[in-house]
Amino acid sequence: MAPMKVYGWAVSPWMARVLVCLEEAGVEYEIVPMSRSGGDHRRPEHLARNPFGEIPVLEDGDLTLYQSRAIARYILRKCKPELLREGNLAESATVDVWVEVESHQLHPILRDIVVQCIINPYIGLDRDQAVVDENLAKLRPLLQVYESRLSSSPYLAGDHVSLADLSHFGFMRYFMASEYTGVVDDYPRVKAWWDALLARPSVKKVIAGMPPDFGMGSGKMP
Amino acid sequence: MKVFGHPLSTNVARVLVCLEEVGAEYELVTLDFLAGEHNVPDHVARNPFGKIPALQDGDLILFESRAIAKYILRKFKSREVDLLREGDIEAAAMVDAWTEVEAQQYYPALSPVVFECIIFPIMRGTTTDQSVVDESLEKLKKVLDVYEAQLSKHEYLAGDFFSFADLNHFPFTFYFMATPYAPVFDAYPRVKAWWQRLMLRPSIKKISGNMPTRF
Repeated sequence: MAPMKVYGWAVSPWMARVLVCLEEAGVEYEIVPMSRSGGDHRRPEHLARNPFGEIPVLEDGDLTLYQSRAIARYILRKCKPELLREGNLAESATVDVWVEVESHQLHPILRDIVVQCIINPYIGLDRDQAVVDENLAKLRPLLQVYESRLSSSPYLAGDHVSLADLSHFGFMRYFMASEYTGVVDDYPRVKAWWDALLARPSVKKVIAGMPPDFGMGSGKMP
Repeated sequence: MKVFGHPLSTNVARVLVCLEEVGAEYELVTLDFLAGEHNVPDHVARNPFGKIPALQDGDLILFESRAIAKYILRKFKSREVDLLREGDIEAAAMVDAWTEVEAQQYYPALSPVVFECIIFPIMRGTTTDQSVVDESLEKLKKVLDVYEAQLSKHEYLAGDFFSFADLNHFPFTFYFMATPYAPVFDAYPRVKAWWQRLMLRPSIKKISGNMPTRF
């Protein structure tokens, strides 16, 4: 069985979603590194894999797959289906609910804060504090919902980790490396949940490839 | 099964069209979101974000329209109606990928036109911001280039089978077709033909019949 291939740059939070699932599933894989600053994702060779010109892309045998959440589901369905709970209607729905909450509610907020606070300084753009403040104002009530949810169970979809939790890892990693990490201290169950994720071997392995400044401070632009 | 929401809502329509596809019995409990009914404690107990839809099936309460939709499609899956294909790992991957493409590529490009031309004028009384529309249309054309190529290879987005991926496109595309910019699709004949096939489906005819485009 040939190893799965993942195309992209390891510092990408979308890439991280896929890598952490590969690690959890114990799948053999190799990263095919691409250069964002070199525009590899816009070249015809990559557009043939993903016509939207984005990463990550997975190759598994004849299958070429894009969109990180679709890739994550494929890997888990194939190699660690318990992380999707697909045998149980209510549990699989609960996993899906929190994958969607991350996708549509939390992700846009964390992304905007990370772009303003971590990325902009390195690409010569001023931080727009109004954007940061607007997003922080949305973040707090959202974290309150997470806090309530995590009062019922240690993980988002129940007593055990699932795709719902893993799907949060990539963007949380960078937000928690920003100056606003302290916001989460006001939500102790969220903090405990995040600390539990950080303790997982899969997360420790993937985070090693994700310096908190995306590698930009050391001159290693992705 | 009860769906809490409003027939005008695109996310509610996403769920209703799945219920129609599988032929499940359900009741739509209409909340008047213009009057703020989605924020009352009874509804927030169902959906902590105070949004619509929410689903109640016995003791189970769900929110997030795509999660609700998948629950319905799994619960009522049959040999005749299997819109997720979770028994076929590669087909399921294609359904998931194009479901994500709708959310991450298509919707961000197309929805601002719907918001500017239909939703904001009703909800906020504003006039259309043409620069937002123009920027969105440029993005949409690039996305439709990819869709045209995909639909040249297959009858539907995830392959030669109709799936949840196609269904997800219905609500916002329906409203887009009621804006003056519907002719944008004319330059994409396979996309346009795909859309016309979708509009012929009994589920979509029924649910769109409750979604007026003029107010």
